[in-house]
Amino acid sequence: MALPTTANGLPAIPGAAHAGFARTWARRLGRLTESRPAAIGAGLVLFWSAAAVFAPLIAPYPPNASNMLALAHPTPSAAHWLGTDHLGRDVLSRILWGARTVLTVAPLAVLGAAILGSLLGLTAGYYRGVVDVVIVRACDIVLSFPVIILYMIILAHFGSSAVNIVAVLTLTKAPIIARIVRGLTLELREREYVAAAKMRGESPLYIMLAEILPNARGPLIVDMCLRTGYNVVIIGALGFLGIGLPPPDPDWGGMVKDTYGMMSVWPHMALFPCAAISSLVIGFNLLAVGLREIGLRD
Amino acid sequence: MRAEKRPTLTRLADGGRVALTVARFVLKHVAFLLLTLLVVSFLVFTLNEFSPGDVARKLLGAYATQEQVDILTREMGLDRPVLVRYVEFLGRIASGDLGTSTRFKVPVKDIIWTRLANTAFLAALAFACIVPLSMLLGIVAGMREASALDRAVLMFSTVVASVPEFALGVFLVSVFVVALGWLPGTATMVAGGGWSVASQLVLPVAVIVLFDAGYVVSMIRASMVEVMQRPYIRTAVLKGMAFRRVVVRHAIRNAMINPVTVILLQINYLISGVVVVETVFAYPGFGRMMLEAALFKDIALVEVGALVAVTVAVLTQILGDLAYRVLDPRLRS
Repeated sequence: MALPTTANGLPAIPGAAHAGFARTWARRLGRLTESRPAAIGAGLVLFWSAAAVFAPLIAPYPPNASNMLALAHPTPSAAHWLGTDHLGRDVLSRILWGARTVLTVAPLAVLGAAILGSLLGLTAGYYRGVVDVVIVRACDIVLSFPVIILYMIILAHFGSSAVNIVAVLTLTKAPIIARIVRGLTLELREREYVAAAKMRGESPLYIMLAEILPNARGPLIVDMCLRTGYNVVIIGALGFLGIGLPPPDPDWGGMVKDTYGMMSVWPHMALFPCAAISSLVIGFNLLAVGLREIGLRD
Repeated sequence: MRAEKRPTLTRLADGGRVALTVARFVLKHVAFLLLTLLVVSFLVFTLNEFSPGDVARKLLGAYATQEQVDILTREMGLDRPVLVRYVEFLGRIASGDLGTSTRFKVPVKDIIWTRLANTAFLAALAFACIVPLSMLLGIVAGMREASALDRAVLMFSTVVASVPEFALGVFLVSVFVVALGWLPGTATMVAGGGWSVASQLVLPVAVIVLFDAGYVVSMIRASMVEVMQRPYIRTAVLKGMAFRRVVVRHAIRNAMINPVTVILLQINYLISGVVVVETVFAYPGFGRMMLEAALFKDIALVEVGALVAVTVAVLTQILGDLAYRVLDPRLRS
């Protein structure tokens, strides 16, 4: 009778599962400062997150308001710190509002991919056999498709909207997550606490979600961090190609597309949004590198 | 027991088994390639059906009468069931008739192969730079984990791989084209404005190399770090072998097994990344052609282009798998 609780009380990863959830996380966040890449990455991500949250408060101008008088001198000035674009819109305000767009769409898509991918990976790894083969094959097919070509086809057919981008990113990123989770599940399903849960008659769904998934979350979190960065790159690239989020709402890639032709005259119009997107992606990737380092030291 | 008595027969049997393994390998992968192509072609084909806006209307423009649109729809056979047209489409592809591009007003086969050759050329140039560069950086970084050099390379590769291709393009253009005036900002593959084709290629290749090398370097570094912790490396060091010799003779070959697959998978990313780079530099390649075709709803070209892209991607995966088998001694026996 005592068997389930004791078996269940033996977490595979130190500090995992049941021990003081909030405290564990506070300690983990505190440890970000131990690794320099993690600290820099977390700083950059926090900076842009703050910019996204407070954009309506801190942006000096509305993102789509054009100041025709500023068009005579669009370069950075006291009134427009980062200058204005070709339509006389304040670049700083558009970058801040653009952070809001990209930091909504990219994490949403990662969350979608993580949910779908985890379910697929858990099912494949837990049941194995035919289910496994079908899921792995289906994932291989999706993964063998050059990503942007797939976006071009789907987005050109159904038009561009935030919903479509989230859907496409979810579908194409899920197989990668599924592979990772499947690999971890194959290993974790042999653990004692899984055997214990089976013995006390838990349903497969409970075992997958409550026993296996929490113990697979370390690599999963690192990968979600990387995926968010990649999603920001792809959303930017789609915007640059003109098949991203629809205008006029500011989107960093779209801002570069609109002003790239004026590079030789006013390079600031394209350079600032490029710097913004680069720093955000660098932030996510450094954070992932740092998290992996911290995880390895456990 | 029997093997010792009849060596010739065993050798024959071994040869047969190897041939069988190779045949199974090829068969399995070709089957997967065909399955993938079938799924992809069906998806691409049916997507066209569900997308709003019909082809005839797009071709004739907003001012054509509904009657004209109907006539063209019938002439193009677009009013028949999807499945019928899908099977017909497969038959046509198989017989080598790729259809006509509505965007470029030429047969698909006249445009797709030249564009693909242009892209392959760009990718080959980039690949020729990526492989030696990332091998060098990855090996020197990974052979001494956490050294100053390792930290620097890791930081460099993370940062470079993080900057989106279009942003890298903008940064390089602002320095080398706008500020310094050393290079042209477009790569149209036609010499003009005092710029040779070679000078046009520098920036596009540089963008692809920087973006992809960042990723490949970190893969090779990680693999090298792992190999350097293996017992046989420690043994070699402990028996007094020079560090340089340990790295060159023992570590590199084992450390290259995993990255080879990754490098070949990079070709998939290369195709995607190339779309952006081609757009930045107005390069007449496959990616830009696909973008134009997709925006114009040029169905024939999009379909064939997607199939070509997937074929290339799957073939490189097979190549990666094959290379892995050849390199890894544990899988050869």
